[in-house]
Amino acid sequence: MGVLMGNRRQKVLVLYLSNSALDSNVLAWSIYDGTGKEAHTTGDSDVPPYKTGLEAMRAGWRVIQFPQLIPPYPGDEYSTSFYKHEFIFEQLEDVDG
Amino acid sequence: MVDHRYLLNSKQMASFVTEGYLRFDNLAPDTINQAAMREFEAGMRGAPYGTPLSDVYAQDSAIGRLLAMPEVQGIIQSLVGPNPLFDHHAIHVRQANEAAAQHLHGDAVIDTRQHFDIQLMYFPHAIPLEMGGTLLVPGTHFRRINESEIGRYQNMRGQLPMVCDSGTLLVLHHGIWHCGRQNTTGRIRYMFKIRLNPTVRQLRLWNTDDLGDPEVERILAKRYPWFEDASGRLEIMNRSRLWRFLTGNPEYDTDYWLTRVENMPETLLAGAPAQGSLHRQLQ
Repeated sequence: MGVLMGNRRQKVLVLYLSNSALDSNVLAWSIYDGTGKEAHTTGDSDVPPYKTGLEAMRAGWRVIQFPQLIPPYPGDEYSTSFYKHEFIFEQLEDVDG
Repeated sequence: MVDHRYLLNSKQMASFVTEGYLRFDNLAPDTINQAAMREFEAGMRGAPYGTPLSDVYAQDSAIGRLLAMPEVQGIIQSLVGPNPLFDHHAIHVRQANEAAAQHLHGDAVIDTRQHFDIQLMYFPHAIPLEMGGTLLVPGTHFRRINESEIGRYQNMRGQLPMVCDSGTLLVLHHGIWHCGRQNTTGRIRYMFKIRLNPTVRQLRLWNTDDLGDPEVERILAKRYPWFEDASGRLEIMNRSRLWRFLTGNPEYDTDYWLTRVENMPETLLAGAPAQGSLHRQLQ
C-alpha cells in the first residue's frame, strides 16, 4: 500500500440522507481522516458538515458508494433498523513525507 | 406499593414511549450523592442475574437509599411494576482526558419484545458538556439493531449529550441508542447503571387519571430530526403499537397510520353474489 499510495491518504465522509436522492438532507454523518490531521469520535458535532449529499460533492467530495434499494423482507415491512440511505464519499490528500 | 402521587402520569409515560427515556434532574440529595461517590470508588458488590431488586442493596447503602426514595419507587413501579428483578449493574467510568468516545450502541442484544426492561442511569456528580456525559439519541429505541453494529454512526441530528446537575436520574428503555462521550476534563466521570426486568404485564401501571388528555396524543406524534422521510412514519406506527400494549386499547392510533393498513373489510355488499357462486359463473 505504501508503494501504491505514496504520500497520498484517504479521507472518508459518510452521510446518511433523508431519502435515496443524493440531494436530500443529511441526517447523520461520520468522518474518518486517514491523514491523521483530524480525529473524529462519537458525538463530537451537532451540526452536519453539509446540508445535502450534493453539497458535499460541490465541496470536492467524490461519491464512492450509492446504497442499493432493497425491499423489506416479507413480514418485516414495518420494523426499522439501520439507516437505509448511506452514501460514502472520499477525498485523497497528500501528506508530508 | 408506592403512594399513588409518586407514580408517573400518562404524559410522562407517553414521553417515555416517544423518546425512549425520562430524565429527573437533581433528584437525589447530596447526602446520597456523596455517599455514592465513596462507594463507587471503594467498589460495589453485585448480585446474580434475576435476583429480586429488593434483596440486592443494603438499606443503608447509597443505592439502597436512592432506590427507596418514593419518587424512584414511583418511576420503577410505573414502568416495570412493583417487584422487578435485578438484571445487572455497573459503575461506568470515563477517565480524565479520555479523547475518544464509546461507539454508539444499544445494550444487550437485539430485542423484539413489546415488553421492555428499564435502565436507570444515576449521575452522582454534576456533568458539564466537556465531561461528556452519556450521549442519547431520543426515539431510537424501536430500531432493531444488535449492540455495536451502529458504531459507525458518529453524529445524528437530535442527539442529546447528558449535561446535568448532581443527583440526576435518567430512565431508559432498553433499546435506546447511546454511548459514553469523551471526557476532556482532568477529572474522572462516574455514572452508575442498573438494569431492571419486569415481573408483571406492563399494563396501565402508572397513574392513568390523565389518559384522555389531548397532550398525550401530541407527545406520541412527535417527530425527530434524525428521521428518514419514509421510515419516520414507521417509527410513529411502532410507537402506537407500544402505546396500545401499555394501555390495553387495541384501537389507539396516531394520525391513522396503523388503522389505514389494518382496514381489510370482509363485509359483503347486500345483493352481491357469494364467492362460490361467482366462481361458478366465471367457469
